[in-house]
Amino acid sequence: MMRILVQEASFDVGAELNAFQAGKTDMGAIVSFSGIVRDLPEAPLRHMLIEHYPGMTERALTKIAEEACERWSLGDVLVIHRYGQMAPGDQIMMVATASPHRKDAFAAADFLMDYLKSRAPFWKKEVTADGSDWVSAKDEDEEALRRWKQG
Amino acid sequence: MKLDVMYFAWVRERIGVPRETVETEAATVADLVRELSAREDRYELAFSDLDALRVAVDQDLTDFDASISGAREVAFFPPMTGG
Repeated sequence: MMRILVQEASFDVGAELNAFQAGKTDMGAIVSFSGIVRDLPEAPLRHMLIEHYPGMTERALTKIAEEACERWSLGDVLVIHRYGQMAPGDQIMMVATASPHRKDAFAAADFLMDYLKSRAPFWKKEVTADGSDWVSAKDEDEEALRRWKQG
Repeated sequence: MKLDVMYFAWVRERIGVPRETVETEAATVADLVRELSAREDRYELAFSDLDALRVAVDQDLTDFDASISGAREVAFFPPMTGG
């Protein structure tokens, strides 16, 4: 079971998490992560723009969630990711995993975040008073994927 | 064959359009890149460093040596920064 949402509108993390948990009497563990627009220490952020590739985004997120379901014992997976314009402090995205046991829920959420960062077609642009810049991918994002390939 | 070519993030900004339909006989992504680069400077500039680019054929990430025979859409973009 999984729910993948790619949307421009903001969302309520608490409400989503409560809805995700509702009725899951056979799940002993729920882990969630939420990503928030962070202000820049060097130059105040006016806003962040997130571009995505409609169609491929949903397809890539579904594949990543399906792989998580194969690797760990999961009862449910939720991924919400926004695109468009966001201000500092706004929600960008969240993932939640439900499992009978804590370790699977944590590991799957960690895996989802690592893959979502560099395998789902989203691109962030930061707009400040000085201009705008596309956020560069980091080498460590690719390295983070490598640890899931062993064993 | 007719192919939809899409560009995202700074690749889109450099080329100046989000998508276009091209008539091509290119067999691989690399052939398509060579064809486009030969057209105009803006393509040559956007494709000057392929290590800085990623490509998807029919919405699946792939490599520059991948075949595009029978493909409907090819997308070029920088490494992704989701999350």
